[in-house]
Amino acid sequence: MSEQLTEREVGRSRPRKEDARLVTGQTNWTDNISVNGLLHLAILRSPMAHARIDRVDVAPALERPGVIAAFTGRDLSEGTASLPCAWPVTEDIVLPDHPAVAVDEVRYAGDPVAVVVARDRYAAADALEAIEVDYEPLPPVLDLEAALTDGAPLVHADKGTNRCFVWPLATGENYETVKQRADVVLHRRYLQQRLIPNAMEPRAVVVTPLPASGEYTVYSATQVPHVLRVMLSMVTGVPEQKLRVIAPDVGGGFGSKLQVYGEEVIALDVARRLGRPVKWTETRSEGYLATHHGRGQIQDIEIAATREGKLLGLKVDLLADMGAYLMLVTPGIPILGAFMYPAIYKMDAYDFTCTGVFTTRTPTDAYRGAGRPEATYAIERIMDELAVEVGLDPVELRRRNWIGHEEFPYTSISGLTYDSGNYEAATDKALALFGYDELRAEQVKRNESGDSVRLGIGVSTYTEMCGLAPSRVLRDLRYAAGGWEAASIRMLPTGKVEVVTGTSPHGQGHETCWSQIAADALGVPFEDVEVVHGDTKAAPQGMDTYGSRSLVVGGAAVHHAAQKVVAKARKVAAHLLEANEHDLEFTQGVFSVKGSPEARRTIQEVAFETFSSHDLPDGMEPTINAEHLVDPENFSYPHGTHLCAVEVDTETGRTSIRSYVCVDDVGRVINPVIVEGQVHGGLAQGIAQALYEEAVYDDEGNLVSGTMADYLVPSAPDLPEFTTGRTETPATSNPLGVKGVGEAGTIASTPAVVNAIVDALRPLGVQDIAMPCSPGRVWEALQSAQSRESGKEAQSS
Amino acid sequence: MTRISVKVDGTTYEDEVEPRLLLIHYLRDRLGLTGTPIGCDTSNCGACTVDLDGETVKSCSVLAVQTDGSEVTTVQGLATNGEWHPLQTAFHERHALQCGYCTPGMIMAARGLLRENPHPSADAVRHALEGNLCRCTGYQNIVRAVLAASEASASSPASASSTASGQEVTT
Repeated sequence: MSEQLTEREVGRSRPRKEDARLVTGQTNWTDNISVNGLLHLAILRSPMAHARIDRVDVAPALERPGVIAAFTGRDLSEGTASLPCAWPVTEDIVLPDHPAVAVDEVRYAGDPVAVVVARDRYAAADALEAIEVDYEPLPPVLDLEAALTDGAPLVHADKGTNRCFVWPLATGENYETVKQRADVVLHRRYLQQRLIPNAMEPRAVVVTPLPASGEYTVYSATQVPHVLRVMLSMVTGVPEQKLRVIAPDVGGGFGSKLQVYGEEVIALDVARRLGRPVKWTETRSEGYLATHHGRGQIQDIEIAATREGKLLGLKVDLLADMGAYLMLVTPGIPILGAFMYPAIYKMDAYDFTCTGVFTTRTPTDAYRGAGRPEATYAIERIMDELAVEVGLDPVELRRRNWIGHEEFPYTSISGLTYDSGNYEAATDKALALFGYDELRAEQVKRNESGDSVRLGIGVSTYTEMCGLAPSRVLRDLRYAAGGWEAASIRMLPTGKVEVVTGTSPHGQGHETCWSQIAADALGVPFEDVEVVHGDTKAAPQGMDTYGSRSLVVGGAAVHHAAQKVVAKARKVAAHLLEANEHDLEFTQGVFSVKGSPEARRTIQEVAFETFSSHDLPDGMEPTINAEHLVDPENFSYPHGTHLCAVEVDTETGRTSIRSYVCVDDVGRVINPVIVEGQVHGGLAQGIAQALYEEAVYDDEGNLVSGTMADYLVPSAPDLPEFTTGRTETPATSNPLGVKGVGEAGTIASTPAVVNAIVDALRPLGVQDIAMPCSPGRVWEALQSAQSRESGKEAQSS
Repeated sequence: MTRISVKVDGTTYEDEVEPRLLLIHYLRDRLGLTGTPIGCDTSNCGACTVDLDGETVKSCSVLAVQTDGSEVTTVQGLATNGEWHPLQTAFHERHALQCGYCTPGMIMAARGLLRENPHPSADAVRHALEGNLCRCTGYQNIVRAVLAASEASASSPASASSTASGQEVTT
């Protein structure tokens, strides 16, 4: 059998197993899938933000060449239920009906109106033009505050309000009482612009039916095949056991594929109606309308502190744009953020309220970080403002308020128990890598010289809650499902290993990392492990991949399952070696008898002996395979310190990032190069929110930034080189000591960049710039600061 | 319908195609060469980048009929005798891909750059790849990989990490 390992796998920068097929083009994206007789769907979408549908006539489309069928919303509404929202955050939440294809009314530009089925994608797209629709325009609902006023036009008239829910959280002392003790009270309003997630693979779904037995296989570019299977069954009535969902190679998600989309329901329903296989693939511009957006909040934040900069209390009032309908976890996104506003700081009172608001825009839902980037942005921005107000360096202000490393475990004011962390260590390391003091000295010098290109330094010290999630906490938050994860390990007769995971990767490298975990726990070679995922027939149990949960919960499940395999194998080995199992040692895949090392069996040999089952202990079930489900006992709490230096040209408004340093503590690291890659990608998306991206709507509710030519996804020259560092404070809530890394970069970087820009321009009177801080926005902020300053001078003269 | 004859990854195909058929759809839907994906409909993302007669092109912006008599190379035609192209190896070794959807286009665009400029600076790599979007990597490891492939092609013993300006610091 194989040679035994001399090197531990965990902690090695293994190049990824996934790469071979991806660099050679041997991939299996959903849109690559073709079967005999495949039909193509195209979807007619509303060109208006809000309108009554007076008439839809699909008959002319049926005349077009290659068209097989066409359906209106009314046609498809028979036999399918409303699209699901699994997170009704309050008991009295307004839950509107959400048909996959609109029936009487369209509520955002892009809302589906009719479906065409044709023999190829060109014919389907052509036939959409023949469909006749009469719309009666209704007023759009776009302004979150105006939407809540009496007499405002309603997105869902039958509900009588645009207010979806009000979700309060007040902890610690009474905020208003605490505020009385404060020397300094600052209030700010920050705007979280809408973002479009932009996974590089557009969404796609293929459904192949077996009409004789009523079975369906659904291939979808999804992050959540297991969730999708349950939900598709509930929405369409196809019995769950007849439904197989496969997530083939999936090209990125960032939350946008954590969803149960109308198109998935439509494809399954049409395949059922026609008894033929169908495919739908979105175009990018269609996806900009039809794939959920992220962020979209107005944040009113107030902080109360002493003149020494000691925080006393925090009050947050949030308006969160739901868009037109509630998707899978739409209302829960701002609630995930609710717990993170107090961040790493100690205080006496916290008062949070979130109001969800319907608008006539594409629904919002999870986008990388999901609620936590918004929270981190607001608290880290106002901490910088407070530092100025009390005359402290922003790093010093944070030091005075953060939880000391000796204080863990620490229960935050919002009620989370931070199990571990060391903010001092991460910050000290980041400051050293960054050259903080030198840069501050340069800044002073350049400000004195009146340099037209200003240097700014931005700080962001963050934590986040990852590893979603303890099921009882989810119950308390009114989330419909649990937060466990499953793994099973199959020891094959030849000693090779299959690790079956309920996580569903789309770029994260689970095949590599889970192999590393299993190889160490079982003492088998990395190459002997194959990871099976993303197919509800092959990996029947799982809660899928989102919220930086996969390693923390799913990786831990792999570890536990491997321990069970070893325990069973130990019994077989002891029997074969005629020894007491307590006298066996297990090292690097080898069972040996203490004191007589020549008496040995490898676990891979034991796998074969178990397969033959010729000589097992009496009464033993003939398998050493094992399964384990983990329900996490706590969230995990990565943290870190990010520092950004920008050069802002005051004549053009252009910002360039001069250096970016981050030191993240994501606990123990399975594969350092993968962790570094996750941080890079996270930084890119957080910086993109700060500088480049925004879903812009006009006054009629049309998405103006509706193509990739109009929405600025940064390319290579738009981003700097990053310097990444780590500290390692293991999580105590899972056996691997891991915390998750998928969202850290995105959460931390946005405020670091904007703090740097404001820091650069504060001497010129600028206090805030709304994101994205484009050259135009920066320039305008400078102009209005200048006219304010000259106004002041005029008054005083 | 128009008759075309086009050599793709070493094999010559003769087909009747609609004049409006895009090269990317011809490759994917007619030839089954699905290694080259589609990422947008405005020729911004570059996921569908291929080589057309020695030029780097986005195959969503070329009609199949325009390739009559031409030679097309896709990511699926890069390996020779089972040996990966140095860029494929470098992308793997430098962790220059995560979901991998942009990778075929990114590798083809980088191949075009190295043909014109065998020893680019990091900055030149960034600018040459401006038309190829990646949402996962933040580009840093892609730049490292292209620089590493450039050095591998020159058989230089120097390691690529010495030329990449970013750094990772671990405890």
